[in-house]
Parts: sequence; C-alpha cells; structure tokens
Amino acid sequence: MASQATSSTQFVNIGERTNVTGSAAFKKLIMAGDYDAAVTVALNQVENGAQIIDVNMDEGLLDAVEAMTTFLKRIAAEPDIARVPVMIDSSKWEVIEAGLKCVSGKPIVNSISMKEGEEKFLAEARKCMAYGAAVVVMAFDEVGQADTEDRKVEICQRAYKLLTGIGFPPEDIIFDANVFAVATGIEEHNNYGVDFINAVKRIKASCPHVHFSGGLSNLSFSFRGNEPVRRAMHSVFLYHAIPAGLDMAIVNAGQLDVYDQIDPELREACEDVILNRPARSPDETPTERLTTLAERFRGQKGAVVDDKAAMEWRGWPVAKRLEHALVRGIDAFVVEDTEEARQQAAKPIEVIEGPLMDGMNVVGDLFGSGKMFLPQVVKSARVMKKAVAHLLPYIEAAKEPGAKGKGKIVLATVKGDVHDIGKNIVGVVLQCNGFEIIDLGVMVPWPKILEAAVEHDADMIGLSGLITPSLDEMVTVAEEMQRAGMTMPLLIGGATTSRVHTALKIDPAYTGAVVHVLDASRAVGVCTQLVSDTQSIDFVAKTKAEYDEVRVKRANASGSNLVPLETARANAFVADMAQKPAAPLRPGIHRFDSWSLEDLRELIDWTPFFRSWELAGNYPAILDDEIVGESARSLFADAQAMLDTIVAEKWLTARGVVGLWPCHRHGDDVFVQHRHSDDHRTPDGGSVPEHIRVPDLDRSNEGSRRLCFLRQQVAKREGRPNMCLADFIDSRGDWLGGFAVAIHGIDPHLARFKADTDDYNDILLKALADRFAEAFAERLHSHVRTTLWGYAPDEQLTNEALIREQYRGIRPAPGYPACPDHTLKPELFEMLADGTGDVAGITLTESMAMLPTAAVSGFYFGHPDAAYFGVAQIGQDQVADYATRRGRPKDEVERWLRPNLS
Amino acid sequence: MRVMPSHAKLAPEGARDALLAAASERILVTDGAFGTEIQNWKLGEADYAGSLGLSHDQKGNNDILALTKPEVPESIHRAYFEAGADIAETNTFSANRISQADYGAENLVREINMESAAMARRIADEFAARDGRRRFVAGAIGPTNKTLSLSPDVNDPGYREIDFDYLKQVYREQTDALIEGGADFILIETVFDTLNAKAGVMAAQEAAAAFGRDVPIMLSMTLTDLSGRNLSGHTVEAFWHAVRHAKPVTIGLNCSFGAQQLRPHVKTLSEICDTLIMVYPNAGLPNELGAYDEAPETTASLVKEWADAGQVNVLGGCCGSTPAHIKAIADTMRGLAPRRIPVPPVRTRLAGLEPFTMAA
Repeated sequence: MASQATSSTQFVNIGERTNVTGSAAFKKLIMAGDYDAAVTVALNQVENGAQIIDVNMDEGLLDAVEAMTTFLKRIAAEPDIARVPVMIDSSKWEVIEAGLKCVSGKPIVNSISMKEGEEKFLAEARKCMAYGAAVVVMAFDEVGQADTEDRKVEICQRAYKLLTGIGFPPEDIIFDANVFAVATGIEEHNNYGVDFINAVKRIKASCPHVHFSGGLSNLSFSFRGNEPVRRAMHSVFLYHAIPAGLDMAIVNAGQLDVYDQIDPELREACEDVILNRPARSPDETPTERLTTLAERFRGQKGAVVDDKAAMEWRGWPVAKRLEHALVRGIDAFVVEDTEEARQQAAKPIEVIEGPLMDGMNVVGDLFGSGKMFLPQVVKSARVMKKAVAHLLPYIEAAKEPGAKGKGKIVLATVKGDVHDIGKNIVGVVLQCNGFEIIDLGVMVPWPKILEAAVEHDADMIGLSGLITPSLDEMVTVAEEMQRAGMTMPLLIGGATTSRVHTALKIDPAYTGAVVHVLDASRAVGVCTQLVSDTQSIDFVAKTKAEYDEVRVKRANASGSNLVPLETARANAFVADMAQKPAAPLRPGIHRFDSWSLEDLRELIDWTPFFRSWELAGNYPAILDDEIVGESARSLFADAQAMLDTIVAEKWLTARGVVGLWPCHRHGDDVFVQHRHSDDHRTPDGGSVPEHIRVPDLDRSNEGSRRLCFLRQQVAKREGRPNMCLADFIDSRGDWLGGFAVAIHGIDPHLARFKADTDDYNDILLKALADRFAEAFAERLHSHVRTTLWGYAPDEQLTNEALIREQYRGIRPAPGYPACPDHTLKPELFEMLADGTGDVAGITLTESMAMLPTAAVSGFYFGHPDAAYFGVAQIGQDQVADYATRRGRPKDEVERWLRPNLS
Repeated sequence: MRVMPSHAKLAPEGARDALLAAASERILVTDGAFGTEIQNWKLGEADYAGSLGLSHDQKGNNDILALTKPEVPESIHRAYFEAGADIAETNTFSANRISQADYGAENLVREINMESAAMARRIADEFAARDGRRRFVAGAIGPTNKTLSLSPDVNDPGYREIDFDYLKQVYREQTDALIEGGADFILIETVFDTLNAKAGVMAAQEAAAAFGRDVPIMLSMTLTDLSGRNLSGHTVEAFWHAVRHAKPVTIGLNCSFGAQQLRPHVKTLSEICDTLIMVYPNAGLPNELGAYDEAPETTASLVKEWADAGQVNVLGGCCGSTPAHIKAIADTMRGLAPRRIPVPPVRTRLAGLEPFTMAA
C-alpha cells in the first residue's frame, strides 16, 4: 500500500474502479456490454489491495438495475473477487434492492439518507436489515446536504437515534459526512476540510460503534487533470482525517502517495489548504500558493524509473539480490551472486537451503496467488538451476548430502508417446516449490518407471501423455504398480487425460491414491497435500470419494443413447456430389524437403502458443491483457528473438509430403488407388475413368487400399445426420488427399539448452517447433487447394482467415475426433511413402505417435460440405463390423478405440 | 386457501426462551435421519402414491408420506423421541414447490407441510405430557435443488435459474404452512447456498410478522469441501456474518461429512457465534457402496469431544444416523455441561466469500 496512512490496519480501502461515475474506462466497458473485461477490472482492484469493492452503475443511458445485477452475478462467479464484500452504490433505491438480491455475503449499501424524509429513510433501513446489509448514511436531510461542522453533526446524530430506535445495529452504520472541494477560490469553501475532520471527531464521540467513509475525489476537484497534486492532497487529507475517525474511503489504493515522500513544499501547501491555515505571506493565500505550485507538478507521472534505479538492486545484500534475481528471472548475475553467497556460507548446501529456497518460496507464493504467471516462473527456475549448477561441484566435493526437498516425484511420458512440454512445465513448477524431480523423459516403458520410483524412494509418480493410446498405457502402469504392491500416489496429466477417464479406468486399477491434475498450476497444490502429514489422508479420501461419485454417475447414466449401426448408416450425411471437387491439376506424390521457415513464421497461430504456457487469452489481445499482458509480451518478445535466430541460423528444417489419389466410396470405406495414379489422370478435370469404379476393390488388389472410417452412432435430433468421413466422397469416383509435415533439427539445440540447465529455452523451442509444424500444415493445405489440387485457385485469404480455417475442405488426422483410429496412420504413411519408405523423415512409435514430435499428418477432403465432427461413442455392432472390414481381430480394434467405447 | 386441518394448532408461545433455558442446563438432542429409516419400510410406489391420483411416480418422495402413509413418519418421530430427542425436525426437507415439481405434487406443498408439522407437534406434545419435559418441533426447510449464487451453465456465469423473489415466495408458502401446523422454529438446513438461506430468512421473518408472533430461526450450513466452505464458497465465519441478522436461535452445521471432518469448523463457529450451536453430522463418510456404517458408539464418542470442549448446545444426526445413534448421543451427553454463549465484541462484520471484520 502506497500511503503511510493506509498502512494502518484500521483503515479500509474501498475499490473505486468498478464505478461508472468514477471511471470512464469502466463505464465504456459496461456500456459496450463487455462484462468479461469489466470483471477483470474488479479482479485488479482486489489484487491491488481493495478490501471492499464499490459497484456503481448510475449512468443515464444505462439500465442500472440490469447492469448492477448482471455485474454482481458475474463477480459472484469469480472466487478471487467474491472473497471480499461488495458495496452496492447507487442513488436509486430500486437499484440497491435489486443488487441486494444478488449478493450472498454481507454487503454495504451506499447510500441512504433523510433527504426525502424519515419515513422513506427508515423503510429503506429496515430493508437493509432484512437483507443483512450494513449501510452508508449520507449527511443529508430534508433541507439539504450538510456542509458545516454543526450541520454534519446534527444530521448524523439524528439519523443514529432513528436507526438505533428501530433496532438497527449501530456497528452497521457508516456515516458519509460529505467531503467537499477546497481551494476553489470561494472563501466559504476554505474550511470544508476542517469541518469534515472536526465533525467526524464529534460524531464518533457521541454515536458509539459507527464508522466513517468518504469519497476523496471531491476534495481535489479544483485540480482536475493534475494527478500529482490530487494524489498529494488525498494523502495529506487522509493523514489528518484518519486519526479523527475516518476509517474507510473510496480510493484507488494504487494512487496514493506516501505522506513522508511527498515533496515537502507541496505537502506543506496541501496541508495549509486542507487545514485552512493562515496565509504564510500577506500577498498569497494558501489556495493561491498551492495553485501556483501545482503548475510545477503538472504532467509528472509518479516515480520515473531510470537505468540507475533499475540497477539499484545490485547494491543490496546478497540474499536479497538472489531473491530479486529469482523473482524477476534475471540470470545475468546469478553465478557471481551465488559464488558470493557460497563464500559467506559455512557449507555450500546452506546457500540452496537458505537464500535460494527462500527466493523460490516467494516465487511459489506469487504463482500460487495468481500474481505471477508460468513463463515468469520458468525463467525463475532457470535462474535457480544455474545457481544450483554452480554449487553442485562444491557440494559433491564436500560429500554433503543433497538438499532435502519437500518430496521426490518421478515424472515420465508413457511408452509410445513423445510429447513432453506439459510434463516439463509441471516439473519446473514443482521444482520451484521445493520438490525434487526425477524426470525419466519420453516413451518410458512401465518397468523403468516402477524401477526408478523404487530406486529413488520416490513419494509419488507422475504420468503424462498427449495422444489417446497413452490413456491405456497409463492404466497399464497403474495395474503394474498394483501388482508390485506399491502404495505411493499416482498423478495423471496431459491433454487427453481427464478426471472422468482417471476415475473410470485408472483409479480402479490401483488401490493407492490416483489423482488427475488438470494443469501445472494445480500440480503444486496436489503434491503439497499428498506429502503433507496432516492433509494427505483427507485429500486422498476426498479424491477417492469424488471418483467414486463419477463412477456411480457413469453407471447410472449408462442407459446408452446409441442407435444401431444400420440406423446410423440410414441417417448418413448426403453430400451433393455435383459440388465435388474436380480432379487435381497435379495428382500423385509431391515432396518438399525444406519449406521456407520465413514463410511459415508469418502463419504461426499464436493463441495455442500462449495456451501451452497456461496464459489464457487470444492473440493479439492477450498482449494488452490487464492481468497476463505483461507476462505475455515478455514471452512473445523472447519467442520473436528465438524465431529470428532459428530462421537466420537455419536451426530447423520443414519437410513435407502430399499425395492426391483417385478413389471412390463404398459404404463407410474409401478405396484409394494410390499407385501409378498418373495413369488415371483426367486432364479435363472430369470424373475418374470407369475402370477404377470397382465396387469390391479389396486390400489384396495391388496399388489400392481400403480406408475404413467410423460413423457417429449417438442418437441425433431430427434432421441431424450421423456423420462419417466417407460421406464426403462420391461412390462414382472422386479424389482424396493425404499429407504429413515435420520440423527437423531440434535435438542438438535442445541438448545444448539441457547442458545449460535452461528449461525456459528448451520449452520455448519445443513450443515454437510445434507452431511451425501447425503453420506448415496450414500452408501446405492452402498450396494444395490453390495449386496442386487446384479446386480453389482464386482463394485469397489473410493469415487470420487461414488460421480460422475459413476455406473449403478439411484435413482430419488419424487419432483425432473425426477419425479416431490411430492405426490409419501407418496406412496413410504407406501411401505417402509411395514405395520409398520415407514420409518427410517421420517415424511412428508403437502408439502411433510421430517422431519428430513437431509433426502433423492427415487426409484432405475437398468437398465443400466437408466439415469436422467428432465420432464420439460407438456401439459394439460397429466395432465388430469395423474389425471385419479392416481384417483385424476385434480385441485389437477395441484396444485402439477404447476412448470411443462406453 | 384451504382450511386448516382440525387437529392442527399453533405452537405454544415462548419457544425461544424455553429452548434457551433448557440449553443453559444441558446439551440438548435433536433427531436423526428420516431417509434411512424410511428405507427400512421397503415401501412400494403404491405406498407413496396413496389415493392422491398424481400423474408422476411418487417413489422416493419421502415428504408426501405425511399424506399417503402417515404411520411411517409418525413411527420415526416416536422412535427418535424414545431415543431421547428434545427436538423433532419435520419430514419436509423437499416439501417446497421447486422440489415437489419433480413429482408433480407442487399443489400439495401446503398440505404436506401442515400435516407434517401437525403430526410432529402432536407427538411432541404427547411425549411432553408423559414426563413434563417440553419437546420442540423444528419446521425443516431444505435448500431446494436450485441455487441463487451459481450458474448451472458454465458458459454463462451470469445466468441464474431462479431469482431471489421467487425463492422467497416458495419458502414463504412452506413456512406459513409449517407455522400453521404447529412448528416452534423454522430450521433452514443443509445450506449449500448462502443466498438461498438469506431468502429463507426473509421468508421466515415475513411469515412471523404476518402471524404476529416470534418464530425463531435455526440455521444449519453444510460444507462441501474440507477447507470448510459451502457450495456458494462461503467459509463458516463468512456464513455467520451473512446471516447474523436473522438473530437465529441456533446456528451450526449438518450433513457435510462425518463428525471427524467437521471438528475444526465447529470450533470456529463455537467461538464467534453469540447464539446456540447445533450440529448434526452424518454417521461418518459413506463407504464404497454409498452406505454409512459408522457405529452409534463411534458417532457418540466423536461428538462427545465437542461437548467436552464446551463447543456445542444441540447435537443430533444427519445422513446414515438412526434412533440407535441418537440414543447413543443422548446417553453420552447426559450430565455434560453445555456450551456457554460467548459475548463477542461489537464489530462491523461484513462478508464476501470470506469474513471481513472492521477494527473498532
């Protein structure tokens, strides 16, 4: 808190930014109906120290009742805002009462008065009592607003007597004795400050238990536009009014100055005006003096931080410097500071256990309370790791035991899966919070995970995975832990994991604790509770009970709403095949061995990039976001700098392959002629030749392939089809495409970052490679539409429109909702390899994850009606049918399709 | 307006003072669960439906038994009084227009409440006549299955299914009938949403004003997580600040978890509330099958810890408790000193989800 006055525990700051009469910015948001942004304003208020938030919607052009209730309901849904009481502020009783009906705690009503007589005043007071609200009473009566000391005292005493007479609790009365403008040039106004302060003293003495509030902005009304002077006046006024009894004020806590730090001359001039002191010289009144002086301060905007000030922290004691470096993520001096701390310490380990852990605790607290965001935390961790790396040789030389952390956690991405950005982020965040992490990397088979957990005497195991087959692998790990008689908790995380899957499939497999962790920010809370002597039992019991409930609900809801496969097929989507795309201009296989990274850079979709760092919001708006904007800008700048290097130094290579093949649809299958396709080219762009329309073209037919697709089986509303990708292909002959892209060359750079204990750049590079792969997929699709297939030669789309997929055709990928079977991937790859064995340098793991990790593959459908959908749940009849069509054992098919089975 | 059943009568005056007087001498006992007991009767749909001719399946509509199979709730009330209860809670947890709509029985709300209160009153008075010890009837109103503070639609956090005035009206219909049937108190229980409770308080206060008598309110919050918050997110202390204007004769906790988990929160309430503390926990936590299997002696020994610490005035049971649990509690409490009501300093006590107390 900026002001010496407000640092008093007695004084209550009431946030004033959510007031349309006081904040033009807030008014604009409300008028525009942008309640999301308006809620953020409230959140900032609370984070900046407002202990109560004042909400006022009194604006002539607004439906104030509607705006008040909407806003109050919205902030009720935000626990970080709703934790503080609300002040419902309106001059209209109907607005206040509407507000009272939406507030669940005990609010303050601002305000009621005797302006329209005692009867109305008491009726409103009784309502406040019935709703359970405290009340601000304005010093206003039938005659008017109280200006002088005596009028203020008289009106407040009368109101107090009336209120306590009807049983109103005196402690729930807050008087607003009217702060008026001073230094207006009108002599009668000169004593207003003194009148207020003296009146508060007298009322406090005569009316036990009451409180006093006031709106400060009136006081400095004459100095509108001169913020430094207004701030000084408010601070000086509070400095004198608080000891008199003022105990709350509607004020922007961030905009008060520390009384002692106000320019002494300005402070004295303010004091002379507010306390109505005699003139210091015969030719200048206090008001004139302040007015003159005010010009000198106009336009100054608070403390200006120059380079000198920015480097000021270098002069601090070493422990403080380390903390600062950790919180700010500055690694420039960390080795020399750590060395200095080591020389001062008795043992090197003390540097870790002392200043470094203290600093990381500050980071952990800031992150936990939402004041710091993931990219900053990862930077902090980088600083920490550098410091620890510097100390390790000394610790080993002294043969000291390592630092004892809060707990040891074995982390692994399961067998068959190669994705680890999320796992690495969780690891970093946990390390920041004092946990020791044993990271086994990616594609880790279960024996290795169990072995490592036993060998390191771990407190828990954390499993990560991104693709759906990893869900099954996690069940296997749980089963094996059970068999091995282990009891340590098992954490589950990653994009395809869910609480429901964990409850239904993983938790029953293991009697120890199993906890689904939604994201990195939850990981600390979960792990801390699991290692806590006092909380762990309760937490585990609660989680088990929650999962029980999920299972019970699921069991009760299993009255399936699937329709038989035949019914679903009868309700297939019927595409107008007159609209189907013409034959490709350039059918066959096209390989691209090094697509320009500069070109791809322009197409990067940044929103998912920020999401991978747990920064919520859409690009580019996120850069100006009030909460995460600073963090997002800094991350974005780092990303741009790294992109410059990647492009200039050619760190990465973008390789891709496209295939365009004639095909036809039969039932839910598409038969593709993927070999020698040049023979069937139709130069006129018409339909494919008669001879390839073989209805029962089967797998044994050399050069042709049967691609089996799945159909939605969930019962649909009237008029909604049960979709299948095959519906977009003409049975009388059509065309299908396939593609795969990958970003190569990342490994040597990651190795370098690893050696440098630089998680931040490690994660940054992986995230950027992923973005390049996505951008390449988008760019290649556009190249196919305009040039290779050429069904949309005139397409002119901006990058944004491309990112939003505002074009004709889709590119669904095996393993994703429209085409959930990952085992179509090898089929696609064989077609793309075209006998060469190479598909853009990509290999597939046993779970069908692609390596390198930054890779995308899929099919191209060109029909204008082609759209993405989710196959979702399917029935046993379709599983059997699909297994037969694919010529695979049913249990194998079931294993791959488990997420789609009930 | 339907006429009052001939056997219904208003409760005797002075329930607040009588309860406070009894509570100053000993720890009082309220009753236990109805649901578990009703299950023992293995009733069929026809038993619930009776001859009311309602179109919906009534199975599970426990409250309607007051009209269709009154011997069931009557025998349960008797069993709890026999076990030593001082207070009977009417079998009206869901007897409000919102919950009864699920059974197509919303037009019977008034009759269910009046009959249920009259039945409890009659049996309470019968037991009082035996030994001269006053028995009390708490007219129970549940939270309904709608919430004023939360949106059921995650994509529209500002949406609410019902509003304050509507819920107040729903509660008013119920409280009027409970008072007319002979309830001493209005017990607003299992409060998962503090704003719902505030609507209930206002309804009860307006009903009391309409009847021209003091109808003391009892408030009982339910916690939905172990940190001690209800579903609307209020801590126990914030809840107390938000409802203190009801001048409740008792405040406390019910349902939630077992006694074990409630311990820290009972302690908090006991220290800050200048009124009686009433707690009626579940019989432990449910097992894997959703059943409660905490033995009566276990429950009694757990709640005895609160009594020994001077933290409670009224004890009873919620889900899973039986007359055997209530008897074990009543037997254990005999001779133990009740909590003394503290006199907290006068302070401005506000609340968001968390309490906020201003310095004097």
